[in-house]
Amino acid sequence: MDIQLEPQAAGRMSGEELKKLHERMKKREKSRRLRKLGARFGVNLIVSVLVILPLLYALSIAFMPSGELFSMEMNLLPKAPTVDNFVQAFAKIPLFRFILNSFLVAGCITIGQIISCSLAAFALSFLDFKGKNVIFMLIMATMMVPGEATIISNYLTVSGWGWLNTYKVLIIPYMTSAMGIFLFRQFYLTFPKSLYEAAKIDGCPNLVFIIKILIPLTKSAIGAMAVYTFINAYNMYMWPLLVTGTEEMRTVQIGISMLNSVDSQSITMVIAGVVMVILPSLLVFILGQKQLIRGMFSGAVKG
Amino acid sequence: MAKLALENVRKIYKNGYEAVHNFSLEIEEGEFLILVGPSGCGKSTLLRMIAGLEDITSGELWMDGEIGNYKEPGERNLAMVFQNYALYPNMSVYDNIAFSLSVRKKDKEEIDRKVHETAKLLGIEQLLDRRPGELSGGQKQRVAIGNAIIRNPRALLMDEPLSNLDAKLRTQMRVELAALQHKMKTTTIYVTHDQTEAMTLGSRIVVMKEGEMQQVDTPANLYDAPANKFVAGFIGTPSMNFFEAQAVREEEGVLLLVGEHRIRLSGEDAARLRAHGADKVWLGIRPEDIAVSAPQEGRQTERRPGWKEGLLADGNYLEVLITDIELLGAEKLLIFLLYGKKYVAKVPAETQVKTGEQRRLYLNMAAAHLFDCATEKRI
Amino acid sequence: MKTVMKMKQRLGAYLFFVPCLTIFALFLFYPFAKTIYLSLYKTDKLGQAKLFVGLGNYAELFTSESFFHSLLVTFIFVAIVVSVSMLLGLITALLVNKNFPGIRVFSTAYALPMAIASSAAALIFEIMLDPTIGIIDKVLGTDINWLHDERYALVCVALLTAWLNSGINYLYFSAGLANIDEAIYERASVDGANEWQKFTRLTLPGLSPILFYTVVVNIILAFQSFGQVKILTEGGPGESTNLIVYSIYRDAFFNFRFGGAAAQSVVLFTMIMILTLIMFKLEKRGVKY
Repeated sequence: MDIQLEPQAAGRMSGEELKKLHERMKKREKSRRLRKLGARFGVNLIVSVLVILPLLYALSIAFMPSGELFSMEMNLLPKAPTVDNFVQAFAKIPLFRFILNSFLVAGCITIGQIISCSLAAFALSFLDFKGKNVIFMLIMATMMVPGEATIISNYLTVSGWGWLNTYKVLIIPYMTSAMGIFLFRQFYLTFPKSLYEAAKIDGCPNLVFIIKILIPLTKSAIGAMAVYTFINAYNMYMWPLLVTGTEEMRTVQIGISMLNSVDSQSITMVIAGVVMVILPSLLVFILGQKQLIRGMFSGAVKG
Repeated sequence: MAKLALENVRKIYKNGYEAVHNFSLEIEEGEFLILVGPSGCGKSTLLRMIAGLEDITSGELWMDGEIGNYKEPGERNLAMVFQNYALYPNMSVYDNIAFSLSVRKKDKEEIDRKVHETAKLLGIEQLLDRRPGELSGGQKQRVAIGNAIIRNPRALLMDEPLSNLDAKLRTQMRVELAALQHKMKTTTIYVTHDQTEAMTLGSRIVVMKEGEMQQVDTPANLYDAPANKFVAGFIGTPSMNFFEAQAVREEEGVLLLVGEHRIRLSGEDAARLRAHGADKVWLGIRPEDIAVSAPQEGRQTERRPGWKEGLLADGNYLEVLITDIELLGAEKLLIFLLYGKKYVAKVPAETQVKTGEQRRLYLNMAAAHLFDCATEKRI
Repeated sequence: MKTVMKMKQRLGAYLFFVPCLTIFALFLFYPFAKTIYLSLYKTDKLGQAKLFVGLGNYAELFTSESFFHSLLVTFIFVAIVVSVSMLLGLITALLVNKNFPGIRVFSTAYALPMAIASSAAALIFEIMLDPTIGIIDKVLGTDINWLHDERYALVCVALLTAWLNSGINYLYFSAGLANIDEAIYERASVDGANEWQKFTRLTLPGLSPILFYTVVVNIILAFQSFGQVKILTEGGPGESTNLIVYSIYRDAFFNFRFGGAAAQSVVLFTMIMILTLIMFKLEKRGVKY
């Protein structure tokens, strides 16, 4: 144990030399790290700007006076920014009504899906009954049926019921989703069965168990699903296009695209409207992003 | 010649936390060195600095006489076995073992020969086509070791390699590891928090606490002559008992007052304590150095060196309350209460004791350890 | 008594499925069956089945050049959308795989397209691609009428869709990357692998468990694109962007050929089902994890 450092090494480098070596290497390391960080930051900056370029461009046009847009020059940014387009958009289009409709529809769909999906997922993961597997397979099989493949029959059905141009026709068909049931089930399966058994022994009814125990424990899954469902419902296009005809019932996506062909002189106004329409979903997304990612990371993808 | 040496190595994280203080150590060719300590003691950080996975804040890492601080992990010719094995999940066992050679673009035939050699050595030849997901814990462990030893590294670094195995397998792998290291003679640095593992595997053990080296020694010396209270308490299960004692110097020897108990210290211990001059000391007694009765001629067998003499010392007993008994098999543990604190004694299973009993327990003073209350260092 | 209790309990379990199964029954199973039924009939303008034609609608489809063209266009479209949007998602996920200051902003930007409606995006792209005022022509110095040129329209709509779908792909790949054990990279460094070897041997294979899932979801998502086609090209110019979903819509709601549209719906469903099944088969065989 009293072996000395290898003599030649100890002899080759004095304390002073060693100190210099450390200084030199640390400096090199630091500059390399900085370079790497700079490169990473730079590449990210470029790519992220490219990714959101269409949005930035829309934002720019929304503030552009109509005359400025129609020029052969490069006009990336408005020379004389104006909020006129927004004022006009609100005045000429019942934008407020559209947004309200969309929020109402998307909100109801989200709540409905959370309720129906958590009920089904609860039974699938905690209860034992005959035909459980059949029901599960049946639900999973619905994932394979694209909505577009049934949309004609659905349209014929609801028009037969006289449901066209109502809120319920926009909401009720989307009140459940196989994806949601699957997601919740995956989540519930991570809980030990003893959690449920203990509650049962305490005399806790199923519904109370769901509300008091399961839902608080699955906040992140519910959050993820709520954000995802809300955004998708808010952005729905084909179904509302088919089943709504009157202006009062239109959702934003339909409302705004109807304007498209009205009058080409008002492009800047339409884009201002588009910006207003995108804003709520972006907001929901940015606020709910953390939830969405946490929910996804903790099971949805692994499943 | 020392293969690896650390000189005044420190690690300070960005948040200012100092994980390793001024650590110096030489690791010799072919030795099996253990870094042991409770979690957060800096042992893994130290290992990762040697591997190059963490920067060394200051100090030097010497590798065969060259400074190694600034070498890339891949250039250090070290191999590492991780706690969770870190097998490449998408590669077969064969490719996992061959990985370090194949990234160096070694000759295919040579790789093939070496993989088979290594697999044979570890007894996993029949598993070469499997994927890590299909292996048991022990098999994964072998694959990880196979990957590490295949390229005959300068040193083998192991970070708690057995902690993910169940108790039985752990014991078995421990024996195999020791045999393997003996055979390969590869310098090995092994990190563990389990002192049993440390004691059974290592030829030399470094005990660490809060980033500082407490003691470096052979297993036997750590057990018999711990440098301080921490090492004494850390090595050995159940842990050593520490009684707070007042030292009173007498003409002949020293009297230790543990509450109302007067325990006489004589011979070398007494002389050392006298020379040291501390008044307040910790009296450390291992559970196995406590007996329920003084040995009678011919009855009590010699359990440890000095056992009989130690027990026959003058006034070496404590009046205690037995609160719990745990039967281990051939032995049992007595949990006893003294002045509101709990202690443990390990006695033969046939000893007649009942819980709730007031008993006199005899201490083997020949194996007693004394620590300064202020510095916690051994006296 | 005991059996009554048990019956009650079991009925209780089924009650939990009432909401979801009712909706599935009304708006999925029933219309699905009805679609198949309709596909066997000629219909009137109100969508009432009038004349049983057996497989006549299908026979018509499979002899129609327009339908095959629509299928071809759909395949090209799906291929572009899936490859571009997955590549974009992968690149962006890799870019923010290591922590660095500002990472939150960048990752939000990369996921952002998933929050944007196809209709809104289409309106923005319409301006960008406009031959007189559009920024694309100005930047490229070209004079192309992107959306009204048969050569470019499909690619433009596909790229727009790829952009829209890249956000969710970014999330999938991020989740996939996060699932790769950090320790295997450390082991690889000690083993002497360089960054490129780590990427090709660890990162890419490490994504394979989610790759199949992502591909299936992407294909289904791409097949369903509608809003952007409706707004930007309405299937044109010529029939160059007449994707199958748009073709269904047009046949049903403009030509009032509900039977033919229903038959196309069945074909669409069959294709997606086969694709999904193939993918799951492949996944079971290919990925052992």
